Amino acid sequence: MEKLNKDLETLENQLQALKEFSNIHEVDLSKEIKVIEQKLMGLKREAYSNLTPWDKVGLARHGERPTTFDYIDKIFGDFIEFHGDRNFSDDPSIVGGIAFLEDIPVTIIGHQKGRNTKENIKRNFGMPHPEGYRKALRLMKQAEKFKRPIICFIDTPGAFCGLGAEERGQGEAIALNLMEMSRIKTPIISIVIGEGGSGGALALGVGDKIYMLEHSIYSILSPEGFAAILWKDSSKAKEAADIMKITAKDLKEFKIIDEIIPEPLEGAHKDIGEISNEIKGFIKKGLDEMKNKSVQDLLQDRYRKFRNIGEYEKR
Amino acid sequence: MLNGLFKKTKYVTTSAPSYENPPIPNIPNGMWIKCSSCEKIVYKKDLEDNNKLCPYCGFHFRMGAKDRIELIVDKDTFIELDEDLLTLNPLNYPEYEDKIRSQEEKAGIKEAVITGIGKVCGEETVICVMDSNFLMGSMGSVVGEKITRAVEEATKRRFPIVIFCSSGGARMQEGIFSLMQMAKTSSAIARHDDEGLLYISVLTDPTTGGVTASFAMLGDIILAEVGALIGFAGPRVIEQTIKQKLPEGFQRAEFLLEHGFIDKVVKRDFLKETIGNILHLHKEVE
Repeated sequence: MEKLNKDLETLENQLQALKEFSNIHEVDLSKEIKVIEQKLMGLKREAYSNLTPWDKVGLARHGERPTTFDYIDKIFGDFIEFHGDRNFSDDPSIVGGIAFLEDIPVTIIGHQKGRNTKENIKRNFGMPHPEGYRKALRLMKQAEKFKRPIICFIDTPGAFCGLGAEERGQGEAIALNLMEMSRIKTPIISIVIGEGGSGGALALGVGDKIYMLEHSIYSILSPEGFAAILWKDSSKAKEAADIMKITAKDLKEFKIIDEIIPEPLEGAHKDIGEISNEIKGFIKKGLDEMKNKSVQDLLQDRYRKFRNIGEYEKR
Repeated sequence: MLNGLFKKTKYVTTSAPSYENPPIPNIPNGMWIKCSSCEKIVYKKDLEDNNKLCPYCGFHFRMGAKDRIELIVDKDTFIELDEDLLTLNPLNYPEYEDKIRSQEEKAGIKEAVITGIGKVCGEETVICVMDSNFLMGSMGSVVGEKITRAVEEATKRRFPIVIFCSSGGARMQEGIFSLMQMAKTSSAIARHDDEGLLYISVLTDPTTGGVTASFAMLGDIILAEVGALIGFAGPRVIEQTIKQKLPEGFQRAEFLLEHGFIDKVVKRDFLKETIGNILHLHKEVE
């Protein structure tokens, strides 16, 4: 990926030079420029359709990658943010509230990362504490009461590991979300928009429809953590990423997720408007498919969806 | 006379003994074990006869699934379920099949959980017992499937369920499939719960990771064995994250009791009796 980036950069620089040359000397090089531009486009397209899992890790964690708030802003209207778990505090790593999806009222919940160091410290790099999961559950129950569909955006390296998180029951908070989400009587769509790391991601992921953005990842643990546990060496994260099957394509093949949402060339951050439209289309289609389902069928299908995951055979 | 007092001592030179082939004393291996709490040396046979409790300080050594079933379930009442499920290798993780085979031999069981139906103090119940001797009791597809089937069986028969947790968490080698077992088992528990049935979760050393963050913490009643390590993240991971040593007793059963996450810490000697009493109290009136 690095080498490719460099190659692309050189090509782009040359193209720029050519453009400048034609401007200064008033020579018409537009044909040549067009040829090179098309070639460049083709190269990029090929490169981005053949990214390695580790390249995707890089894109999923990209500093400019759109976050939950970006999508709320672009996809929904009249958003009102709600705070707190009514028990301990408000966790800024998970945000949520209500809004309109065109004319449908929905509840939106998502992990929230920051865009710079200051924001990331406030958001704890998108790693929630138990109160974050409890806020999420509170908002889901609220959605159930008022019969609003729930849209979850997943983007976390994992639930936070620390003293406070353990003291306040990180395990219990996640466990309860898994159990309760499985029987919330309203449609749930979960979309992995960046990193889907471990139980901390799954705690917003027990939905009727699970989508992943093309370059997002979803895994049992971060590649670093996986390498540290199995090989006692977190620097082998790249090798881990290759083996773990964490890309949207892998998980679609495994039937863990329902759909892959295509990203603009070079990743979601290159065109937030375009990717937001794409996501909006998928959400509308998903909700439409569930619109006429009875609650009983909805819950039965959700149960079966997770019930059927597992690879084993009879001896 | 005093001259002699300070006289230089005479040295004798000898050749160094050869350590290349030291004689090995003929002591059978594994007869003794050091208690990790009181550090006394314990005769293994004594430990086995004493429910794996240190005879000096009462420290709870880890207990395998078979021993646990013998301790808790009434004699000759246990019927095992789904013992024939075979673990596969969905990620093609190198040497995973070999690892499973060697664990089978080492632990003497086929996977990290044994499930079945039996009686505890005369009360019929579904029971699952995890075994940390088998790949750290980690939950992959087979463990998740066996527990889910056991919970479904309990729901179908309107039985209570008792799950003994002992696990390092989700099984890394099966990747995303292991993660999804958390959702699968928790959903099954939800249905059992919807039917108004009792689930007793017993946390034993160690209960961490994906097992803590799914069915382990969902019991109507959560018991824990004395001194058991219970947490979401392992202590080593937390120490690396926060770059400081953890306080004494952190994440132990008593710590969780103090913080309100478990109902009762129980000594192993009283465990069967305690579970039996809870089952009696919840017996459905016909």
